[in-house]
Amino acid sequence: MFRPCGLFDETYAKNIAIVRTRQHWILIIIGLFIFLTFPLYLSGRILHFINLLGITLIAVQGLNILTGFTGQISLGQSAFVCVGAYTSALLTVHLNFSFFLALPCAAIITAVIGTIFGAPAMRIKGFYLAMATLAAQFLIPWMVTNVRTDLTGGSQAMHVPAPSIGGFVFNDQQSIFYIIIPITCLSIFLIRNLTRSRVGLAFLAIRDNDLAAETMGINLTKYKLLAFFICSFYAGVAGSLWAHWMRAISPDQFNLMESVWYLGMIIVGGMGSVIGVVYGVLFIKVFDISIILIGPRLTSFLPPQLAQDTAAGLAPFTFGMIILVFLIFEPRGLAHRWEIIKGYFRLWPFKY
Amino acid sequence: MDRKEILKVIDIKLNFGGNVALDNVSFNLKNGEILGLIGPNGAGKTCMLNCITMFYRPQVGQVFFEGKDITNSRTHQIAQFGISRTFQNIELFSGLTALENLMAGRHILMKAGAISSSIFFGKARREQIEHREAVEDIIDLLEMQAIRDKLVGSLPYGQRKRVDLGRALILEPKMLLLDEPLAGMNVEEKEDIVRFILDIHELKGTSIILVEHDMGVVMDIVDRVVVFDFGKKIAEGSPAEIKEDPDVIKAYLGTAKTE
Ligand SMILES: Nc1ncnc2c1ncn2[C@@H]1O[C@H](COP(=O)(O)OP(=O)(O)O)[C@@H](O)[C@H]1O
Ligand SMILES: [Mg+2]
Repeated sequence: MFRPCGLFDETYAKNIAIVRTRQHWILIIIGLFIFLTFPLYLSGRILHFINLLGITLIAVQGLNILTGFTGQISLGQSAFVCVGAYTSALLTVHLNFSFFLALPCAAIITAVIGTIFGAPAMRIKGFYLAMATLAAQFLIPWMVTNVRTDLTGGSQAMHVPAPSIGGFVFNDQQSIFYIIIPITCLSIFLIRNLTRSRVGLAFLAIRDNDLAAETMGINLTKYKLLAFFICSFYAGVAGSLWAHWMRAISPDQFNLMESVWYLGMIIVGGMGSVIGVVYGVLFIKVFDISIILIGPRLTSFLPPQLAQDTAAGLAPFTFGMIILVFLIFEPRGLAHRWEIIKGYFRLWPFKY
Repeated sequence: MDRKEILKVIDIKLNFGGNVALDNVSFNLKNGEILGLIGPNGAGKTCMLNCITMFYRPQVGQVFFEGKDITNSRTHQIAQFGISRTFQNIELFSGLTALENLMAGRHILMKAGAISSSIFFGKARREQIEHREAVEDIIDLLEMQAIRDKLVGSLPYGQRKRVDLGRALILEPKMLLLDEPLAGMNVEEKEDIVRFILDIHELKGTSIILVEHDMGVVMDIVDRVVVFDFGKKIAEGSPAEIKEDPDVIKAYLGTAKTE
């Protein structure tokens, strides 16, 4: 939000408040209200995209706690989304759980499994930890494909019921919007609170200097595992939503490329910024869909086979270029750039 | 004056492979005392601090703090006992502002947990507001107002040293370990830091171990001095005694320190 020049925080309470002015509050409420009316007039395809954004946001917010805040790189977030999706699917299909009970169960089970895979973080960091999480990324979809295929359907799609409550079934993009989006908003709210507390500061301290953090009394083991727990908890929530939204899941939906995209979204948005993740997910997803839509047109002058291949390669190629550009020119991401722009406008037209 | 010992270091032996870094070192720190720990570069001063904060595990020996054996504690517990330190090579949270560095340093004094701060931000916020006062006190004491909201990674060396000192103080420690707080500073900055150390000592009565490699200023402000050379304690006494000590003079002439 823009704040007029000369408006300074007089107390610390004001200084750390999320919403600073009354206009700000009113704008947020009106914005939210308009947002909630989207399903009334937007097409199914656009709502599908918004629902996808919501689910992705939850998974990436979780990853941001681990990677952006605590500095532990994970290449396995999509595998944990997979755990959440299959846990929720198994609970509803085979044990007749309601979706609304399966979701929290899936989140907690995924969090526990994620924490187990995060245990190596107590001894190793950086590149080596990335390798350990990569193991999860290969192991988990492999297990889904090969273990108890009578329950999961193996590499075949597993069909999942739509959420329902008292006879009402959330089986189209319009209705499930009202499940996905409130949960997305709630997740962002909880994570935003967490990151502004003592716990968030401890995560940042570990990221920036684990030796000093430990000297200041921060229990590294506890907080690193906590970061893994929170990260995979949100992966579990995202996975459960994904399963009951897609209604057909298979292990290849949760591949390494997804995990890499998630990391890319954090880099573009700004490591360790909650609002940055929102920008990052929006930016990358909108970019992705634009490439898918205009790619074939861009390459239509080529011979047909070549055109098809080029169009298919365009998305990963541009993704790679975007990440490179951000790492070189704006390593602190869109969130930081936005702060600079805001600062400029606040002082405009006087640069003092 | 007879004061109780706050820290007792007994027969510490630390080697890295065949390289002996500390060889049967014993000394103690009295309550409210400023002890100078001096010695040429490589004498083992930093190793000694690392043993007290359990960052290194000595092969032999014990460390007692306030009568309690802390030899087998884990590093993060040391802060809880009331011990904090600064680092010779400045170890800050470089992506955070000076204020956030200090706030992060209040970690053990705050309570909010992961779940409660996710849900009840009001509570977590009230806690931070309470602690903000202590942080502001340190900012005033160390004259850091101008750099409060600057990222510490971008600050000049002298100011980073100051933040490092502030962060050690923010824990409200009973014992403060300062590893070469004056190194690499110009005269003016040195005077500031010395003044801060004396202020802290006077205001809070903190017991302090002050590590330095050259004798200079240190001799004027410490109550007592312990001298290390090649991992051994070669002398101990009042500043006046140490200046006359033949072993000390030899150790310092031997390394031809001129500063
Ligand atoms: N982690 C380590 N591994 C091996 N040798 C070390 C290590 N840390 C310190 N040393 C050695 O221990 C000796 C004492 O070092 P140090 O305590 O840093 O000296 P100073 O008195 O200058 O602070 C030096 O010879 C140094 O090379
Ligand atoms: Mg040293």
